[in-house]
Amino acid sequence: MSTREALLEIRDLSVDYATAQGALRALREVSFTVPKERIVGIVGESGCGKSTLIAAIIRLLAPNAAIRSGTILFQGEDLLGNTEKRMRELRGTAISMVFQDPMQAHNPVLTVGRQMVDIQYRTGISGAAKRRRAAAMLAEVGIPDPERHLDQYPHEFSGGMRQRIAIAMALMARPGLLIADEPTTALDATLEVQIIHKLKALQTEYDCSILFISHNLGVIAKLCDEVVVMYAGEVVERGSVRSVFHQSIHPYTRSLLDCDPGRIKERTGKLPTIPGEIPNLVSVPPGCIFVERCPDRIACCQCERPGWHEAGDGHGGACHLLEGP
Amino acid sequence: MTYKTRSELRVILSHLLRDPLGLAGLAIVAVVAFGALTADWITPYDPIALNIMDRLQGPSAAHWIGTDQLGRDTMSRVIMGGRVALEVALPTIGGALLIGLVLGMIAGFGPRWLDNLIVLLLDTVRSFPTVMFALAVVALVGPSLQTVIVVIMVTSIPTYGRVVRTQTLALKSNEFILAERSMGASTPRILAVHMLPNVMGPLAVLASMDIPTVIALEAGLSFLGMGVKPPTPSWGAILNDGYTLVRNTPWLVIAGGIPLIVTTLEFTFLGESLRDVVDPKLRKQR
Amino acid sequence: MAALLEVEDLRVRFSVRSGSAGILRLGAQRWVDAVAGASLTVSEGETLAVVGESGSGKTTLARAIAGLYHAQEGSIRFQGQELRGLAEGTFRPLRRHIAMMFQDPVGSLSPRLTVKTLITEPYKIHNFKDRDLDEEAIRLLDMVGLSADFASRYPYQLSGGQARRVGVARALAVDPKLLLADEPTAGLDVSVQGELLNLLGKLQDRLGIGILIITHNLNVVRHVADRMAIMYLGRFVEEGPTGAVFAAPHHPYTLALLAANPEPDPDAQLNRIELVGEPPSPLDRPHGCEFHPRCPFAREQCATQTPTRHRPTADRHYRCHWPQVWRR
Repeated sequence: MSTREALLEIRDLSVDYATAQGALRALREVSFTVPKERIVGIVGESGCGKSTLIAAIIRLLAPNAAIRSGTILFQGEDLLGNTEKRMRELRGTAISMVFQDPMQAHNPVLTVGRQMVDIQYRTGISGAAKRRRAAAMLAEVGIPDPERHLDQYPHEFSGGMRQRIAIAMALMARPGLLIADEPTTALDATLEVQIIHKLKALQTEYDCSILFISHNLGVIAKLCDEVVVMYAGEVVERGSVRSVFHQSIHPYTRSLLDCDPGRIKERTGKLPTIPGEIPNLVSVPPGCIFVERCPDRIACCQCERPGWHEAGDGHGGACHLLEGP
Repeated sequence: MTYKTRSELRVILSHLLRDPLGLAGLAIVAVVAFGALTADWITPYDPIALNIMDRLQGPSAAHWIGTDQLGRDTMSRVIMGGRVALEVALPTIGGALLIGLVLGMIAGFGPRWLDNLIVLLLDTVRSFPTVMFALAVVALVGPSLQTVIVVIMVTSIPTYGRVVRTQTLALKSNEFILAERSMGASTPRILAVHMLPNVMGPLAVLASMDIPTVIALEAGLSFLGMGVKPPTPSWGAILNDGYTLVRNTPWLVIAGGIPLIVTTLEFTFLGESLRDVVDPKLRKQR
Repeated sequence: MAALLEVEDLRVRFSVRSGSAGILRLGAQRWVDAVAGASLTVSEGETLAVVGESGSGKTTLARAIAGLYHAQEGSIRFQGQELRGLAEGTFRPLRRHIAMMFQDPVGSLSPRLTVKTLITEPYKIHNFKDRDLDEEAIRLLDMVGLSADFASRYPYQLSGGQARRVGVARALAVDPKLLLADEPTAGLDVSVQGELLNLLGKLQDRLGIGILIITHNLNVVRHVADRMAIMYLGRFVEEGPTGAVFAAPHHPYTLALLAANPEPDPDAQLNRIELVGEPPSPLDRPHGCEFHPRCPFAREQCATQTPTRHRPTADRHYRCHWPQVWRR
């Protein structure tokens, strides 16, 4: 990754879920960093563990989840060792979140203004000042006539507006890290473009880092500086967006990019796919996690887990094919 | 079309067996049911046979719980009382469930005016206090098993009707119902094949939780003398006898009260256990 | 190629009454036109994509064609026969020819029935008594690439992709001529989207069915659709063969949609056109050209005059006062 100072450092994080069939190994030795004032994207498909990862960072995992090993350092502070009280102090101030479903992100029985004022409870300023700040924030995210909108209820806004309000609320405390979990997946494409542009502008203005999760490669390419590719609970490749997209070194990344219909200019009757399914994570097979679906597999992929190989300049991947002769 | 396939039944049973309260409920209910079915053979004495010579005796080798004021064996009366309780509860709830089901589905799925009409009807019936209504009917027609059954059934219908209606309304605009309509399925088919199985779950739980209520209601009515006609033994009737004679012998009150309490409790446990099985959210975790 | 489906100036209206006035049935009746005069044609063996965002009315249009919503005006002709206003009894035998796949793959399957029962349901509805349902079920599953042991599964045991394929199997059970697919790739991972689209293409080649596919994903449209129609607030603003529309869009909204589906390439140049604001509500239709409040190229005329439908060639339509204005 880049040589900037790290805001968030995740090292060898492993998380299990207890299920009736046994321990489901949702995350296995996940490592990456989010540098200061950078936008890092996490891309992966269903089952890759992105939701578990976020839940682990903000320590809001399900009751049947257990952190098996690893560390999460935020500005040098060990998040996994923190008390719940300390985590509450961090959430919403130093680390804030925007979630996927704008329809459920707000309390339906309180006005937007009331909610935006409420979350400022830690500041010492007057009620009127809080309201002014809230209105200013709404204007920042592009909501016209903000004063009037403060007195409206969430159901009176469309999905796109609600997501903007969520971003406004997340940025109001000037967090060091904004975690956005598929914030535009539920929105139409033209709205998605607006929100992405807005996020990029706000990131520069507020000097925060953004951890942006998505399965949409196009959005990641447009918005992020660096990207982490996950598959079935592991990080398979990471690096700058340019190097990962233009010079992918892991077969999964390459297959994924090949499948994206946005890449294929010519009309074709047969779109590429990655046949098969992710393996059962309760009984994790030995060897590479992608071996069953990998078009480039070799003999040792079945039995030996690949180690991490750096291709230079912070770009690396976990693949046997990267091992030198 | 199979609603409950073998695997579903097995899932329900295995859950019930694992939950201690559910297991206890199942066991006691099984005992009561067994007693009810075999009452004719296992009662040591004829429950209505008089034997004035032996009246008001305490427990003994001959009479395990003693006798009542007319010399009838209390034990036999308790066992037979179990049958009466179920004889009232099952047809009552069965009937209310069936009628409530039909009315509820029609109200939920049919045109607005029909829905409004049925809701009006159900709400009117529901606004009558059950016991008062029962007393009024009994005063008119005289006490009997049939009267009790009909009265309780009619007053129970609105509850089932409402639950079914709400479920039907909620499911009506679900995509799978739309899909069936797009394929040309007729309304009766949609209701019978697609709506019914999805409505039955909460209904089954409601019914099993209702059984103790109905048993207690019957006992109450019989206690007031408005229920089954003597000499038919009912737990409530035994309680009534025992209540006036409690100074002579406490055993009648015990004999009437304990089975009532235990059975109502166990049916409730059973119902709650069933509800956990039927709840779709919990289902996914299994 | 014969025209399978012809829709002309279709209007689907819903009544809107809000709040307590609505409950008491007071006040004037307000109507919202979810579909406000839409026309399209689908021929045998052809795929037409209807593209639009939320609130465009595309799902309402499909459901009206499938006979689930009542259309107030216009005409829907299937193989020449008028469907609008048809009594349910007469419509029912025609329904076997028009199959619909719904957006929610698992939710559109009756939750307590097995896959086998679900996909053979059309046989029961249309009284095909002489078929061996077990055999048909296996045949249909095979057609969509699912193994026979899926027959005994329940919807909650299926993944999104598998449930979608069950939806296809069910839709094809009684040999339809027209397939209406509502967002068939929504929610699917990119790596499995191709499977479903390839399947639809293969089936079309084999069976010659006409497909109307509703989607907001232009990248998908490029690959599966012969023709495409862009919908905004209940009517079509541009229509034409897919390749031609992609190469040279006429309407600013089409251009915005094309720009909004980014390629997975950090260096790719986009036509940086960004729309202003949000899609308006159909309750509050703008005057003149309904797109003008959001159009970055809007001029005075656009706010006052409604554009008519232009047809530069037989298969190209658009509604705009200043088509391709960005080129000038």
